[in-house]
Amino acid sequence: MKLKKSTINNLISYGVVIVAFIVCQAMISSGAMSRSLKGQMVPICVYIVMAISLNLVVGISGELSLGHAGFMSIGAFSAIIGAAWLRAALGIENEILLLVLSMIVGGAFAGIFGVLIGIPVLRLRGDYLAIVTLAFGEIIRNVLNCLYFSLEGSRLHVSFNNPSIPGTILLNGPNGAKDVAKIATFPVGFVLILFTLFVVMNLVNSRSGRAIMASRDNRIAAEAMGINVTKYKMMAFVTAAVLAGMAGALYGLNFSTVAASKFKFDTSILVLVFVVLGGIGNIWGSIIAATLLTVLPELLRAFADYRMLVYAIVLILVMLATNNPFIRSLFDRLIHRGRSAQTQRGGAAE
Amino acid sequence: MTENTQKKRMLDTKMVPAPSHGIIPERDLNSTPVLEARHLGIEFGGLKAVDDFNLIIGKTEIAGLIGPNGAGKTTVFNLLTKVYQPTMGTIMVNGKDTAGMNTVQANKLGIARTFQNIRLFDNMTVEDNVRIGLHNQVRYGMFTGILRLPAYWKQEKAQHEKALELLSLFDMQDLAGTRAGSLPYGAQRRLEIVRALATNPSLLLLDEPAAGMNPHETEELMRNIIRIRDRFQIAIMLIEHDMNLVMGICEGICVLNYGRIIAKGTADEIQANPTVIEAYLGKKKEG
Repeated sequence: MKLKKSTINNLISYGVVIVAFIVCQAMISSGAMSRSLKGQMVPICVYIVMAISLNLVVGISGELSLGHAGFMSIGAFSAIIGAAWLRAALGIENEILLLVLSMIVGGAFAGIFGVLIGIPVLRLRGDYLAIVTLAFGEIIRNVLNCLYFSLEGSRLHVSFNNPSIPGTILLNGPNGAKDVAKIATFPVGFVLILFTLFVVMNLVNSRSGRAIMASRDNRIAAEAMGINVTKYKMMAFVTAAVLAGMAGALYGLNFSTVAASKFKFDTSILVLVFVVLGGIGNIWGSIIAATLLTVLPELLRAFADYRMLVYAIVLILVMLATNNPFIRSLFDRLIHRGRSAQTQRGGAAE
Repeated sequence: MTENTQKKRMLDTKMVPAPSHGIIPERDLNSTPVLEARHLGIEFGGLKAVDDFNLIIGKTEIAGLIGPNGAGKTTVFNLLTKVYQPTMGTIMVNGKDTAGMNTVQANKLGIARTFQNIRLFDNMTVEDNVRIGLHNQVRYGMFTGILRLPAYWKQEKAQHEKALELLSLFDMQDLAGTRAGSLPYGAQRRLEIVRALATNPSLLLLDEPAAGMNPHETEELMRNIIRIRDRFQIAIMLIEHDMNLVMGICEGICVLNYGRIIAKGTADEIQANPTVIEAYLGKKKEG
């Protein structure tokens, strides 16, 4: 019954995402969607994936990571360079294939850095871990600011702090990448969301996922039960890094110019805000919060200068509301009712 | 006294009749002890919390560790489970030296424990808590889990059945879907025992299993401890303040005071020991 329930929940989640995608596509093709919102579709997908992956670290594994944008930027730039190289060296012209391959490249590089950063970082706990992830996020950005990549034929050239390298410049230090082929599309973003949901939800409902949550809930007890806490924290951290790298790849290939300054500390915090507002550990909350908060600034554009003020006030109100005992108990009751309805349904199914 | 412990004793049948009688005579008394602690000790900045702790626990033996508050009983458990690294002495589990091992490795070697202040995974269901205990007996990796390959379904099913079977030891199988944190106190203690048993130990350490239980529940717990020992053929070591429980089921008792063993022996020997009466039982009677 337990297995069935989790499977049914997963299927419902995929279903909702698919329906949302069809609605958006219909709106785009019928012209019901404004031009500016249409331009937001890929970033929304990117931020949803970022929020779900950060939720894996913050919510499921219980470690506050403040450098998630770092993995996003690694994904973005390795995908931009990867896409150019794949096109030049292997002659891949099919844009979707190129995009998927570049996303894999982005995810792989972010994963490698996830391992490298995870080794020292996951030895720390609590505030210290948060501070060090913040630092790594900034280190990645500053290193990218000094990196120069160029492509000469099918040969890649790299230099550090020295812009004079042969061939066409792909990544120009602090100026970032220019004239990037904009191959990211909304359908691919949608598939990436489905992929992320698939990975995260299946992971949570597996042996590894339970071990990750046990390490979060009670480290000492988890170790006494023979669970290698560091290994499972690492698993969550690296999986999140890979997903963030793929999201970054999609993001990087959606704009013609991408600079490392786009992946500042603010971006990490923005994604964290999605996770916190959506409810830590709540994947659907992350998706909704990421969508609303990406769209909201666009919708508030009419207020021009005041929109960030309104945005901040909305955030504060939501935080106050979620900490209000009355509203909390109301939510608890709603959730409780939902749960009991679910168990009834499960019982009936049996 | 050490000779006394090495000599395996018959169960004191005062409180618990029949069931285990059939088991004990069949014990292989010459086999490697489950636990062998020699000159075990730990210092915290000059303070010797545990000093020169020597103990041998044979296969399927039930041992009690008693002593006044602050005597270092839980510290001994933390040393045995490698939560603390001992500064002196050795611990052998099933004949293997545990020097340099961590808690996870000690568990894999066969030591499982419960905690004095219950440490369940409160936000997980009762069944998932047991599944965490079964973690190392299930062998499928992260990718099998994500891709839900046939091995995933097969092993999840086996794990589910095994978890329910273990829960049925304490008639808790109907609570499988309940949040562990919302269980009543006694049930939480029982769940901790089930979770520890799920790790397939050869030595089960119970830290105050009867704390907060009424006499009726304690009696039931005593029967269950014997039942668990008989069924799983494991050694059990327990810390407890309830003397009825300790004297009723422990075949060997070890008394700790100020981090040192002051007496070892059977229930009758301990009760008659003047040092123990002075340090512990005597005071308690007066109080």
